[in-house]
Amino acid sequence: MSDTADKVKKIVVEHLGVEESKVTTEASFIDDLGADSLDTVELVMAFEEAFGVEIPDDAAEKITTVKDAIDYIEKQKSA
Amino acid sequence: MLAGESGLAAIQNFDVSALPAKIAGQVPVGTRAEGKLDINEWIPVKDQKKMDRFIQLALVAATDAVEDSGWNPGEDQEEERCRTGVMIGSGIGGLPTIYEASMLIQQGKTRRISPFFIPSALINLASGHVSIKYGFKGPNHAVVTACATGVHALGDAARLIALNDADVMVAGGAEAAVAEIGMAGFCASRALSTAFNDDPTKGSRPWDRDRDGFVMGEGAGVVVLEELEHAKARGAKIYAEVIGYGMSGDAYHITAPTEDGDGAFRAMRAALKSASLTPADIQYVNAHGTSTPMGDDLELQAVERLWGDEAKNLAMSSTKSAIGHLLGAAGAVEGIFSILAIRDGVAPPTLNLHNPSRESAIDRVALEAQPRKIDTVLSNSFGFGGTNASIIFRRAG
Repeated sequence: MSDTADKVKKIVVEHLGVEESKVTTEASFIDDLGADSLDTVELVMAFEEAFGVEIPDDAAEKITTVKDAIDYIEKQKSA
Repeated sequence: MLAGESGLAAIQNFDVSALPAKIAGQVPVGTRAEGKLDINEWIPVKDQKKMDRFIQLALVAATDAVEDSGWNPGEDQEEERCRTGVMIGSGIGGLPTIYEASMLIQQGKTRRISPFFIPSALINLASGHVSIKYGFKGPNHAVVTACATGVHALGDAARLIALNDADVMVAGGAEAAVAEIGMAGFCASRALSTAFNDDPTKGSRPWDRDRDGFVMGEGAGVVVLEELEHAKARGAKIYAEVIGYGMSGDAYHITAPTEDGDGAFRAMRAALKSASLTPADIQYVNAHGTSTPMGDDLELQAVERLWGDEAKNLAMSSTKSAIGHLLGAAGAVEGIFSILAIRDGVAPPTLNLHNPSRESAIDRVALEAQPRKIDTVLSNSFGFGGTNASIIFRRAG
């Protein structure tokens, strides 16, 4: 697993207070991990902070799963 | 408190070097079993960041009250849930949260402001969180009347029940302004005690000649108010009845009470009238008594004026001497002390009252608690803006 994936999952565990085993790559923040819309806004902010990237609102809206977050961040970092 | 112990101490959790007042009454940290507070025992960590401390304290007190009341209708009891409301107020709400968000803006980090900032700071979110936790779908309201908030919340909630808007109301007040910004603000208005920083338990001394301001406290008080027949029908443990409630406005000054204490007088008189009582029917008054040079004696004079010849039979104390002034939570916490005075037959003491600045026929329960026959109690709270409220509790049955 990539460093990015590890770090993303760690942030999700901390912010949503869920067990690490539940944070699979496919997991949806809202449907699988009990987040609400405000939680997802905060999660995206935490990703921005941790990875030093800017995630515009229209992109943030499309990040609904752990995989979405990992993919977006890796793309930004390699860009 | 009945043993004469004080909860006031030097502030340790933030830097007070720039503040003239350096003492406060803070909720002791420890386990629930020890009678102390560890927020983690009450609120999941991931939810704590969604609420300012005043909401956390409200939620803890409400949880305690609801558990004690035994009233917790389940999901299959929709009608009961709809007849249960919440009215928890605060004097100033999420001030520390607002401060932190302001700092982010100042540092050019406006986009870092949390989506939970607004719901964390809003005063009515204490009531909101309690309703969400328990599914209480009745009236959801919040009082904001500075230091009179707690009494107004209890009194207004009781009236909502009397008006048949609800059968049960979870009511009270919460405050957590013992932070640099809260302390600095009250220091600036010259309201806080500054002469006892080296001897914190002596700082709050209502009616004593050496008093020099109030000591800030934090906390929450929440009670479960219930329509009497509703409570009897389910065999509830009834601590006391709310039988009177009175309010008034000073129409005078933003922070100072009127020089004749007339606002306090009219609030107490209105409470007695609403209960169809005379002063002789009250055995104990839990005073507003904040330990400010001006306010204490004005309240005393107002009580003397209303009680007249009955003053000599009355006990009146200020429990702020032991826990400080909890601002918007004060009236709710002191309402609970008033109810416990009835239950236990004890008037709690006014600590540090060694030399009254003004003599009075009223027994101010100096230094030591007094066993007394107490069936009916009046509790006062007065707030900035010239808002006054009095509430009367009577032994049930």
